[in-house]
Amino acid sequence: MYAYLILIPFFSVIILNLPFRTTMKKAAFWACLVLLLAQMCLVVFSAIFPGCSFFDIFKTLFKLDFTADNLSRVLLFSIALILCVTLLVQKSILGDKERIFNFVNMLLIILVGMNGIVMVRDIFSLYVFLEITAVSSFILIGFNQDLDAFEAAFKYIILSVIATALMLSSIAIILLLAGDTSFSAIASTVRLSPHRLLISLAVGIFLCACFIKAGLMPFHGWLPDVYSAAPTSVSVLLAGIATKTVGVYTLIRIVNSVFVLDRSLQHLLLALGAVSMIAGALAALGQRDLKRMLAYSSISQVGYIVLGLGAATPLGLAGAIFHVFNHAVFKSLLFVDSAAVELETGTVQMDKLSGLAKRMPVTGFTSVLASLSCAGIPPLAGFWSKLIIVIALWASGHYAYAMLAVLASLLTLAYLLTMQRKIFFGKLGQDMAEIEEAGPVLMLPALILAVITVGVGLLFPFVSILLKGNLLGG
Amino acid sequence: MSVNIAILLSLLAASLWTVLTRSLLRSAIGLALTSAILTILMIRLDSSLAAVFELSVCTGLISVLFISTISLTHPLTRKEILAHMRERRARFWFLPFLLIALGVILSLLKIKPPIDLPAPEAVKEARNVLWSLRQVDVMGQIIVLLTGVFGVVILFKERVKK
Repeated sequence: MYAYLILIPFFSVIILNLPFRTTMKKAAFWACLVLLLAQMCLVVFSAIFPGCSFFDIFKTLFKLDFTADNLSRVLLFSIALILCVTLLVQKSILGDKERIFNFVNMLLIILVGMNGIVMVRDIFSLYVFLEITAVSSFILIGFNQDLDAFEAAFKYIILSVIATALMLSSIAIILLLAGDTSFSAIASTVRLSPHRLLISLAVGIFLCACFIKAGLMPFHGWLPDVYSAAPTSVSVLLAGIATKTVGVYTLIRIVNSVFVLDRSLQHLLLALGAVSMIAGALAALGQRDLKRMLAYSSISQVGYIVLGLGAATPLGLAGAIFHVFNHAVFKSLLFVDSAAVELETGTVQMDKLSGLAKRMPVTGFTSVLASLSCAGIPPLAGFWSKLIIVIALWASGHYAYAMLAVLASLLTLAYLLTMQRKIFFGKLGQDMAEIEEAGPVLMLPALILAVITVGVGLLFPFVSILLKGNLLGG
Repeated sequence: MSVNIAILLSLLAASLWTVLTRSLLRSAIGLALTSAILTILMIRLDSSLAAVFELSVCTGLISVLFISTISLTHPLTRKEILAHMRERRARFWFLPFLLIALGVILSLLKIKPPIDLPAPEAVKEARNVLWSLRQVDVMGQIIVLLTGVFGVVILFKERVKK
């Protein structure tokens, strides 16, 4: 069934670019939106009715081997949700049909790439889908064709190529030792092979590549420039889900299903996670550009996810996965709000903005909600995932890391409240009296994401049952 | 073995020419040449299927894509190229020395992987490999190429139109 999540977007791209292109241009936006909503419904449907084989009727036509466990399902749902938001943001910013059509094509290709990443069980196929996502991200970053965007795209592709080269070298060593590239074959080789040095080398190289792709400190060089220079809709996509799928999901999958999470690797993850969490938050405190601040905030939040993974317990893993979802929601919401601010005021320099909540109440309100969720304030969704990570660290005896996680939460609150005070509160700037709330197409995704942030937080008892029954079981 | 080393050296020379040449078009031709030499090496190492792919995709399709992209770019003037080369020389003068030093160190260490390399596999039926064993990867490669084409259209062709 899951092969359709690759095949349908792929064939949609082909159909959209066949004859009747003019008609297709009109339909492209709606086709993409329906496809993304269908993916969300399909993922929920398959989670509720896991045994249903209704969609397997065309199985004989294609021999594509894709599977999805519960971790994959969380990612598949998040991918579709954030891509929906990205599409709506782009639509509100860009009215030109031709440009929207090109954007939809790229969005469908990146959908194929990210869906593939979360559904393959072969390390070489994983690499192929990582490449699809990287190349399409590169094009999307440069989509506005201005000098800053091209520079950011160039930085991204160079760092991505380095990560790719590292990954390919690791795959080559693994293939040499295991003779196969499937996750199961590699997992048994990693456990049983007498060539410990080569195995450690391959694992180390692969993890470095994952750290670069996830933007973890000190591998984060590309991330602030890319998030701040890319079109805001693309920043939503990259910060919300793309880097999380490419870097963080790959890291979680590989560490849990393929490599052995031994004590040295655990300490490495904990140390890097802590450095990323604290240094990212401190760097965010000093930023004046809103998008750049959100970029550093992303680095800090990825630190939390890696800390949860480093706890090496089922609870820590559940917290990490839950935080991936929550981060996708609240960070995308913050970027959607920054898109609204940029669209209406023409700037994201925080020193030039003040009192916008009076003129943009919905943007101001949703931004406060997202900030509080990001800082881990109860009862919003972000609070629960951070709490689970802190409890997992404490229960596994990593008291110092648990306390650092709480401290980083205070730093997060500090930089996000500073941002709120500068942009939305205080006296309205003289040149901002004419500013109005952004249009409904931009407000809709902001409201949907805000409802998810509040809803998941308030309904956490049900979510926790889902986490316990599905994520940990899966 | 000595033939393979000679091919490797020519591969290195072609790669260096690709990176260091002044013209983008020559660089694309250099890339095609590098791929062609790599193809020869692959054939000599009994990886004929990979060689066919290298030749058709990298030497053929990718070169076409590069050249069509270059045709949409605005070339630098001779003065700009020279300034760029001077700047590059100033920034990366140490790289050849570093490469030679690394080569010397590695040859002195005489590193040999503590594993027996597997014997080259017998040539499998191409259809079986592509359609049954690596269907996902083949599809992925097609999508990567498709993405490249879209990239050219979006980033270069539209810019030229503007």
